[in-house]
Amino acid sequence: MQIQSMHFKKTSSLKLNDLVLQTALKKAKYKFVDGRAEAVAEVDAWQDIRTHAAQLRDHVIANLDAYLIEFERNAIARGAVVHWAETAAEANTIIVDIAKQNNVRSITKSKSMVSEEIALNDAIEAAGMTVIETDLGEYILQLAHEPPSHIVAPAVHKSKEQVAALFEKAHGTPKLTSIEAMTREAREVLRDKFLNADMGISGANFVIAETGTTLTVTNEGNADLVTTVPRIHCVVTGIEKVIATLEDFATLIRLLPRSATGQSAANYLTLTTGVKAYDELDGPEQMHIVLIDAGRTKLVGSDMAEMLRCIRCGACMNHCPVYQNVGGHAYGWVYPGPMGSVLTPAYIGIENAGDLPNAATFCGECAVVCPVKIPLPDLMRKLREQQFNDSLRPWHERLSIRLWSQFATRPQYYAWATRIAARVAAMIGGRRKIISHLPGLDGWTKGRDMPAPAGKTFRELYKSKKIISK
Amino acid sequence: MSARENILNRIRSQSGKAGETTAAEMAGVRSTIAARARGPLPSIALENPLIRFINECARLKSTVDIVQGTELIPQALAGYLSQNELKMTVVGWPSLSNLNWKAVGIQYENRLACGEDMVGVTDSFCAIGETGTVLLLSSPTTPKLHALLPETHICIVSQQRIVATMEDAFQLLRDEKGALPRSTFFISGPSRTADIEQTIVIGAHGPYRVHVLIIP
Repeated sequence: MQIQSMHFKKTSSLKLNDLVLQTALKKAKYKFVDGRAEAVAEVDAWQDIRTHAAQLRDHVIANLDAYLIEFERNAIARGAVVHWAETAAEANTIIVDIAKQNNVRSITKSKSMVSEEIALNDAIEAAGMTVIETDLGEYILQLAHEPPSHIVAPAVHKSKEQVAALFEKAHGTPKLTSIEAMTREAREVLRDKFLNADMGISGANFVIAETGTTLTVTNEGNADLVTTVPRIHCVVTGIEKVIATLEDFATLIRLLPRSATGQSAANYLTLTTGVKAYDELDGPEQMHIVLIDAGRTKLVGSDMAEMLRCIRCGACMNHCPVYQNVGGHAYGWVYPGPMGSVLTPAYIGIENAGDLPNAATFCGECAVVCPVKIPLPDLMRKLREQQFNDSLRPWHERLSIRLWSQFATRPQYYAWATRIAARVAAMIGGRRKIISHLPGLDGWTKGRDMPAPAGKTFRELYKSKKIISK
Repeated sequence: MSARENILNRIRSQSGKAGETTAAEMAGVRSTIAARARGPLPSIALENPLIRFINECARLKSTVDIVQGTELIPQALAGYLSQNELKMTVVGWPSLSNLNWKAVGIQYENRLACGEDMVGVTDSFCAIGETGTVLLLSSPTTPKLHALLPETHICIVSQQRIVATMEDAFQLLRDEKGALPRSTFFISGPSRTADIEQTIVIGAHGPYRVHVLIIP
């Protein structure tokens, strides 16, 4: 997917004024936040399970080479072919080559954010093959030629009217009004694609070292068809997705659907281990697993390594006041919200995504809801420090922070400066006591007024109150 | 150097480990795996598995019927089909084809399911109380498509095989089968989507209805 993260500020201003998007975001916010809260409340051991999950993820990441080797060995033993790709381009070449060697013409695909990362669909289409997204949200976006705006609910920014218009155009059918009818129509259109595809491409929520298994978590049943019907199954996934045992999967799946959509269980979990036996009636004859680095090894052993725990539930974005207001497209790449604000700079370079770690109010909710206890605000703070140290923020911002630190570390200067500032601001506020324009800081006052200070600082007021109370 | 070696080397050097992955490190990983440590369980996982299974099925919009014996399955299914105004033709797994389907007017087709089939009948390996889940294992006689392509999935669950948790299901699988089959398929209710305006619609690409028949 093409990187647009450098345009965060400009795009988010546009998104704030997009009425359809704002309505969609408000609706989604309550469903996700309330749904998760209710689902989590049922699980009394939630905090213990989170702690255990964080530990088991850390253990694998600390021994990632050995777990990948063990996974590979067990997958090969079951007849899968394991490929390794250092970059997005390498991964695309591997997959396109597999398809070409097997005379593949049509491909069905279930939702995979890694495949969005590497722009796999573009590579497949450039090679002259057809690829159909089968997750309803992804299918809608494929018709609209848009990237996902949420990792779990990719089309969360679309209204049903927009979907109806897309279906009318693509299917050549009368315009529908009910969501049920649209879902039914997509089912019917996609059924043929499922049954006639030569190759199925899926992501993997996890891969299990113990058994050489890759697995998908879905509600629609599309991943289960994609991994069962075509003669070739190709899995595309990141190297950090490996977990140790089936027991670890049982722990993680207690956390994932409740955190993601507020469901007690996802409808379908398919654990795929190897290829079909000669006398089986369904299942693929070939299974290819493409393990992708594309920036992940940079995080191993670094002070950002906790990010590799991520199980892609989307809870951090659902609870983020910035995401709730600007939506996912503003972030300019595959991963939005707090996890994206950490992952995007880490994968594609902080120089390409400088605004993302700053797109936070630091309310801390993302760390509270993260099922694997990733300290997202701390990681964003580290990225901000890195930007400051590498002189990647604008000169005026760096100068003001330097000036601020001069005053903030000297209480007397600070008291003197705030006294003057409070009086000047009170003067600017005038009789209305409102500041509607701050020279040099119009980013703060463009969309809102600032109440003017009373003219005295907190310290001054505190001092005078203390004298009175004495 | 291959991509595999480069990636593994990068992981090693980033982790501050010298040289290639050692035999001792591999042995360490294998012993962690062999320990198969279980994580903490919530109280809901400790409830009576049968009762919890039935309650969770209701929450997931699966329907449940308790049948007093295997030989009564055709009759129970005929009742369900006529109640829901479904055709009396079903496609099912071979293990169930010997039941007396003709007596209740059901045409039981013992073959692989296709896109046009309306009702698919399967057995199950076990079920999980905590989440109202049924587990299907693939094999030459237990294809997965019966549970995916038809609009209605009928699933037979044996009461003694309703375990409390997914951990218990995996243990049962290891004890009885040794290794995972090609497809280990956990189903929790009929397929659904909320991809348009976060509105839940039952019946996406898989079944619209999941009906569980619990036998003794």
